[in-house]
Amino acid sequence: MSVDQATVRRIAHLARIAVTDEEVPHLQGEINAILSFVEALGAVDVEGVEPMTSVIPMKLPMRADVVTDGEIGRLVLANAPLTEDDFFLVPKIIE
Amino acid sequence: MTDLTALTLAEARDALAAKQLSSLELTQAYLSAMERGRQLNAFIVETPEQALAMAQASDARIAKDEAGPIEGLPIGVKDLYATKGVHTQACSHILHHFKPTYESTVTSQLWRDGAVMLGKLNMDEFAMGSSNETSYYGPVASPWLPPNWSVEKARAALRSDKRGLLVPGGSSGGSASAVAARLCLAATASDTGGSIRQPAAFTGACGIKPTYGRCSRYGMVAFASSLDQAGPIARTMRDAAIMLRSMAGYDPKDSTCYDAPVPDYEAAIGRSIKGLKIGVPKEYRLDGMNAEIEKLWGQGVEWLRAAGARIVDISLPNTRHALPAYYIVAPAEASSNLARYDGVRYGLREPGKDITDLYEKTRAAGFGEEVRRRVMIGTYVLSAGYYDAYYVRAQKIRTLIKRDFEIAFADGVDAILTPATPSAAFGIGEKGSADPVEMYLNDVFTVTVNMAGLPGLVTPAGRSAEGLPLGLQLIGRPFDEETLFALGEVIEQSAGRTVLPQAWWG
Repeated sequence: MSVDQATVRRIAHLARIAVTDEEVPHLQGEINAILSFVEALGAVDVEGVEPMTSVIPMKLPMRADVVTDGEIGRLVLANAPLTEDDFFLVPKIIE
Repeated sequence: MTDLTALTLAEARDALAAKQLSSLELTQAYLSAMERGRQLNAFIVETPEQALAMAQASDARIAKDEAGPIEGLPIGVKDLYATKGVHTQACSHILHHFKPTYESTVTSQLWRDGAVMLGKLNMDEFAMGSSNETSYYGPVASPWLPPNWSVEKARAALRSDKRGLLVPGGSSGGSASAVAARLCLAATASDTGGSIRQPAAFTGACGIKPTYGRCSRYGMVAFASSLDQAGPIARTMRDAAIMLRSMAGYDPKDSTCYDAPVPDYEAAIGRSIKGLKIGVPKEYRLDGMNAEIEKLWGQGVEWLRAAGARIVDISLPNTRHALPAYYIVAPAEASSNLARYDGVRYGLREPGKDITDLYEKTRAAGFGEEVRRRVMIGTYVLSAGYYDAYYVRAQKIRTLIKRDFEIAFADGVDAILTPATPSAAFGIGEKGSADPVEMYLNDVFTVTVNMAGLPGLVTPAGRSAEGLPLGLQLIGRPFDEETLFALGEVIEQSAGRTVLPQAWWG
């Protein structure tokens, strides 16, 4: 399996990382080097094997459905690049 | 004045308890050492005021006989641990100026037990790397001199681009270099594919990645959530055991954390290993394996046998699939974990004409090349049409890898002895520029342990022909770190404790 340049651009968009035209061929080479490294896994017999969903055998713990946190808006906004009142500011999303 | 930084963590602890020494004196000695060693670039943030304040508070507690288990002992903290009010960026530009408003569980436990924070340690960006060369803050130099280099040549390289000086390994390169250079008593580190164990092996230090779930991941900048685990790097087995006891423990804020008491790991140091069954897996003997590494492995077997262990050959047939499967699973999980860095709520923001443009420009400017590479691979293998062929398949192979170990343990094997790294440390700038996979091969002996969620310990065991440190790895049963410490201590005693390099750097 290998990727073409159009796929590299599509992956970059899915990952929301801007890539310049100059960077695409180099990235294509790198991605293909890694894909060819992992290619051999296609031949492994995984018939009847469950994918690992829990690293150590344990059930996902539950807790009581009560409010245990909150009223920390100031802390949540403390590292924000741009805020106004109690909001994060971003460029317009909807036309 | 005697060199206070020559004391191990255990020796310093005992000296403080016997009131032969104050935490203030010890901390000042370490702050001086850090200043002399600044060009190694192990510390990226120094916190001297905080360190001195913590040392004074520790001295007050010691005076009142209220000392905690690691009271007054100065340590370094890897940059991916959230330290309240202090720079925490996982050595990435995308977390520019991030100062957490909360503390990670692991570090809060270290402060609870009395440790003193010297500063934040350099690492590969987002823990992605095996040489500390992907950090936004530049590479870290190992305190070990490259073979045949004069001190003058090394100092000149240290002042310029560091090329040719030895890598300390990665991603916990700052932690390993600082410990081996005696810039701190011990350091916190983290391990996703070998990031504690490989740097420990490269620098002649001890490191342990405990069982997945032994330590809380709350407040650790996440790379791959099913593989990441916290652990210490220290100068001796005893020091590592003391650190792990304070770092480990159940935390309800981490839903993957295991709820079981933390043993006194130090009590396992010196415990007899008579009758323990040690597995030697044939699949770890690679084609074209470095003869020195193979010889050291055999020497390790003999040391354990001489101490009363029984040695058995075992087979872990799916070993060769672990590295490729890791390079699907880890980037996939990373692409999900790193989606949060979008320039909106914290860190770097690059202006954009609309929200998508803001995301794309911020992430392009903020992520280094290795991170970008892994996020894109991860995005690809999780995308529609490829998810089953890559990610699900790799997770099935993970089940097979884990099953190999379970079969060995069910057969009565108590621990498994393997090499730690395929070679001794290499030079800064030497690997990976042409082919990213070349760097990945450094992890070949270590990733299996993260894939199976087991504990893995590395102890120095010998030197290469050129005098560089080489380590051995012990892999244990889930939550049986004590057996690993007992075995590691035997190797440490048999090999003789590492003589760390004398300061040539300042």
